[in-house]
Amino acid sequence: MSAVEDVVEGHEAVEAVPKRAMTLGTGTSVVVLLLLIAVPLFAKNFVIFQLTQLLYLGLAVLALNILTGGSGQFSLGQSAFYGIGAYVTAVMMEQFNIPYFLCLPVAGVVCFGAGFLFGQPALRLSGVYLALATFALATAMPQLLKLNFLEKWTGGVQGLVVTKPDAPFGLPMSQDMWLYYFTLVVVLAIYIFSVNLLRSRSGRAFMAIRDNEIAASAMGVNVALYKTLAFGVSAAITGVAGGLSAIAVQFVAPDSFTITLAIQLFLGMVVGGVGWLPGSIVGAAFIIFVPNIAEGISKGLSGAVFGVLLFLVIYLVPHGARQVAILGQQLAGRLRKN
Amino acid sequence: MMTAVRFQVVVFSAAFALCAAMNPALAQKSYDSGASDTEIKIGNIMPYSGPASAYAVIGKAEEAYFNKVNAEGGINGRKVKFISYDDAYSPPKTVEQARKLVESDNVLLIFGSLGTSTNSAIRKYMNEKKVPQLFVASGASKWNDPQNFPWTMGWQPSYASEAKIYAKYIMKEKPDGKIGVLYQNDDFGKDYLKGLKDGLGDKASMIVMEEPYDTSEPAIDEHVVKLKAAGAEIFISITTPKFAAQAIKKAAEINWHPMHIVSNVSTSVGGVIEPAGYEISQGILSASYTKDGSDPQWNADEGMKRFYNFIAQFNPKANKLDAGVVFGYAAAQTMVKVLQMCGDNLTRDNIMKQAASLKDFEPDTLLPGITINTAPDNFAPIEQLQMMRFKGKTWELFGEIISSDLGH
Repeated sequence: MSAVEDVVEGHEAVEAVPKRAMTLGTGTSVVVLLLLIAVPLFAKNFVIFQLTQLLYLGLAVLALNILTGGSGQFSLGQSAFYGIGAYVTAVMMEQFNIPYFLCLPVAGVVCFGAGFLFGQPALRLSGVYLALATFALATAMPQLLKLNFLEKWTGGVQGLVVTKPDAPFGLPMSQDMWLYYFTLVVVLAIYIFSVNLLRSRSGRAFMAIRDNEIAASAMGVNVALYKTLAFGVSAAITGVAGGLSAIAVQFVAPDSFTITLAIQLFLGMVVGGVGWLPGSIVGAAFIIFVPNIAEGISKGLSGAVFGVLLFLVIYLVPHGARQVAILGQQLAGRLRKN
Repeated sequence: MMTAVRFQVVVFSAAFALCAAMNPALAQKSYDSGASDTEIKIGNIMPYSGPASAYAVIGKAEEAYFNKVNAEGGINGRKVKFISYDDAYSPPKTVEQARKLVESDNVLLIFGSLGTSTNSAIRKYMNEKKVPQLFVASGASKWNDPQNFPWTMGWQPSYASEAKIYAKYIMKEKPDGKIGVLYQNDDFGKDYLKGLKDGLGDKASMIVMEEPYDTSEPAIDEHVVKLKAAGAEIFISITTPKFAAQAIKKAAEINWHPMHIVSNVSTSVGGVIEPAGYEISQGILSASYTKDGSDPQWNADEGMKRFYNFIAQFNPKANKLDAGVVFGYAAAQTMVKVLQMCGDNLTRDNIMKQAASLKDFEPDTLLPGITINTAPDNFAPIEQLQMMRFKGKTWELFGEIISSDLGH
């Protein structure tokens, strides 16, 4: 097998992750959950906003993780689905006055459709070629959002301002805090759904395709169906994440959903550990906070500093946060034995 | 160690005594968060990275200007702390940085944040929080909306203002001319086109053709040919640099010699005229409001002497040919002027009040005769420009300062 074939087949890039290693242990999960619930009670509104960002970007990374880590397909076009979700939510909320919690499922369904349809031609492509095709989708999206005949609803290049919802039932919490808990509930629900999906028959089919397509079809897995299904599910979750971002940021514009976002999500997935779902949050934290740290070190060279930090992560822990977690576990185990 | 502690105690008690003694005087000083007896915190958001990072020189020039003000003793004795963050020209990041500035760094106001969609993203937030979003660095006309957004104000002449000035010039010079407009199909182009029509008023029928182009098109030759075929004698090119150069070239190629006006954003000699060719660019018209840092005619100008001294002392790495440096200097000077006018009343309310009562203020780097004027119902600080014509290898200013205000 030549080197080129190696890359195209992509066996190296997406390492087979056993399904039990995809999640956290019960104890750790409870601790993380308690932290996520408790921290906002003691934080400023700005920090809560950042944590909300962390959650919805984490959700978008998780969606990519299902696609790449689960079914082994690459995508550099997640920003397109994210943008569609954000726009569907924003247009429904602002132009048709539909409550925000009803907009999110619609955004999910619309994106599932878009992802499923895009998955059809993507079937013929694999590895780097699929990455390239999805890349095209991401580059096209900002321009499609500017189209004249959609301008009545989307506001064209000017974008659309979204009204932030108040806490319901007169709950004594700020808009930011309410939105955080709302996002947390949505993200948790989708996380549990995703874990179960990957453990189900469909999830096993995804992984069989990821590990060896021919073997999978020999076992009776409908490869075409499951590949497009993975695309659809991933797009739907990304769309919900985009919808949450529109509500939190209170603004959508074509410039918000450029290819840079798609690359950030990809980066988040790699840093968090491909195929390790809890790593999605770590990856999201990396793409939100590390640029700020880089800027703090040097304003003129923030890009270069970010590059160096990213390089260090990839060089020292190539499997991202998952590797760190495993190392931590081994260390803890050793300590316990002593 | 002991002495240091004791010294501190002494200082504190002395300060306390002073405060108690001066209480009536203190009552007149009022502050919102971000201002104190010693410091004024100003926030700023710039694209230091990303597609628009060429504009970052504006932020650097502003920072250098505040350093100069601090070195000269500050504003009414208070030092300016300028906190500038990178948003990479991405609206969600702008929101994050604006919230960080307002809620975490507790700035008094946000000054000179750059970009149209980036500023649109934070306008509602700033107005809800009642934090001034002053002198936005964008040419959209939407920043002049004091009724709906009393906490947001623009600075530079809007695209619409500039277009109105061309309308005035055309109606004077060629009242029966046929106008062909080539415009970029986005907010920049549309704002401009609307301003042009408003400026022409009931003579808007002079426009024989409006031809939009998209930035994704590799070449705009076909549009130029269409405009010539429509019989236009006046060619208004509402284009960004790459396309402005293409239009100049194509018009020469098809032997079309209309009165050719290019928008101010595409007047860079190095970026537009040189690539198009000096010879075919002679006589092209445009308008400007800032002095050109590379033009020797300003060498003896008092304002520009101060500007060159500032570059030498506080911003030596800056390229004085870069229009962004001239821009940042003048914008920061306007900001300092407003803060000086506020005196000891540094509340956000008073800042907006003072910003809306600038009278005939002349920053050093604006063209002579162009003044900054605002009022409670007019949040457009600069509304005048001067026409200029390309001659030899430079732009030559001519005629009077024209105001976009239709009454004048």
